[in-house]
Amino acid sequence: MNTSDIIDLHLWQMITGYLFVVVLLFIVRLKGIPREKEILISTVRMTLQLILVGYLLSYIFEFPSPIYTVLILICMEMFSIYTILKRTKINLLSRLGRIIAFAMTFGTVSCLFYFLFVVVHISPWYEPRYFIPIAGMLVGNSMTGITLGVKRLVDGINTNKHIVEGALMLGATPKMASKQIVDDAFDSAILPTINSMLGMGIVFLPGMMTGQILSGVSPVTAISYQIAIMLGVLGSVALTVIIFVQMGYKTFFNQQNQLNL
Amino acid sequence: MFKLISVRYKDILYIEELEILENKVTCIVGESGSGKSTLLRLLNKLISCDSGEIFYKDCPINDINSIELRRNVVMLPQQPVIFSGTIKDNLLIGLKFSDKPEVDDTKLHMVLDMVNLNKELSTDAEKLSGGEKQRLGLARVILLEPEVFLLDEPSSALDENTEKTIIEKLVQYREITNKTVVMVTHSKKTALSYSDSIIEITKGRISARKENIKNEYQ
Repeated sequence: MNTSDIIDLHLWQMITGYLFVVVLLFIVRLKGIPREKEILISTVRMTLQLILVGYLLSYIFEFPSPIYTVLILICMEMFSIYTILKRTKINLLSRLGRIIAFAMTFGTVSCLFYFLFVVVHISPWYEPRYFIPIAGMLVGNSMTGITLGVKRLVDGINTNKHIVEGALMLGATPKMASKQIVDDAFDSAILPTINSMLGMGIVFLPGMMTGQILSGVSPVTAISYQIAIMLGVLGSVALTVIIFVQMGYKTFFNQQNQLNL
Repeated sequence: MFKLISVRYKDILYIEELEILENKVTCIVGESGSGKSTLLRLLNKLISCDSGEIFYKDCPINDINSIELRRNVVMLPQQPVIFSGTIKDNLLIGLKFSDKPEVDDTKLHMVLDMVNLNKELSTDAEKLSGGEKQRLGLARVILLEPEVFLLDEPSSALDENTEKTIIEKLVQYREITNKTVVMVTHSKKTALSYSDSIIEITKGRISARKENIKNEYQ
């Protein structure tokens, strides 16, 4: 199969796809689940966002420029940090908020650069066809991981305050006293990535690989990219979360090594 | 050992002046909510006072590294934390936290015997009763051999006989090893029987103070 064999989706074919949404709306109404508004909004947003991104990417791919590539990366980072802070109800200006922003930026950018320049060897360095989708995958997965890690760490310290203090009373350092909670937070953040790696190719075919195959790329090439990407995602999620938890737990203690709640 | 001058903590505790003597048993008594546990938490530096100064061995407590202080001044809360694992794990974790070397099973049995906890070291600690957990917590702090024991109602979950035996053993141990014990207790009888001095706290302030109790009582 080559690119000329790809079935182009016409507008009317796209519209038939929305039948799934209509069915879902029918079901939620029948069951009395008050979710019609959210379903409609998310469908409209998804459509508009993707159309907009489609045109934007077409333009950027046609006229590649380091400024556009870097701007898009900055936008991705800012949006992901905003999403994490919103979901976890943490203020950017707080110590924990700043650590989230740092962990996200440093973890994803360093993994992205390693992946693009050491693994894939792209040229020029800002080649948007590689840079933007790979950045999207690393930033998106790291955002999910770090969100889970933040929630687990904050909940863990708040609900196990007596255990942390019990350890401090015995002479433990804050690191010793919160080790179990930090480990749990890391575990819960990294687990979705590990699970998706376990099920990959058997339970489901990942989106990027499916997209490449549909657009005419040989499955073997698609798979080699997918493997490399999954390793990059694993590295990026692990690095962002480890930076976050290792710095994040300290924000719960003051300079006198007292619990700060 | 400890000296407190004009110490205030929120609206909970205000101590104009207090000295806790070295190598003695000091009991703190008072109604619940009077600020007894807060005093222990201040001495353990789990919290800091809003104003005033606390001295430990003539050195302001704020100038002492908190971790080092807590390794010498160990606190046992009323409901000690039981970590998941066996009795042995729970005893050894205290040594690990205090950065002290591990000890052999004979020593562990010895401290368990001191607190009348006749259980296998391999017993799941989370399955112990409230009183047994309290004794395990006490055994864990004894194993640490700190300079000062801060004990917050260490026998509140024990029956009268067990309480008497354990406190007696603890006091004997203190006499042999020259340790300082600061103990919060609800029982005036315990305080009168075993302490060298009693501090009574009412609504966050010292309302009475008695010295040389043991001699007087005996």
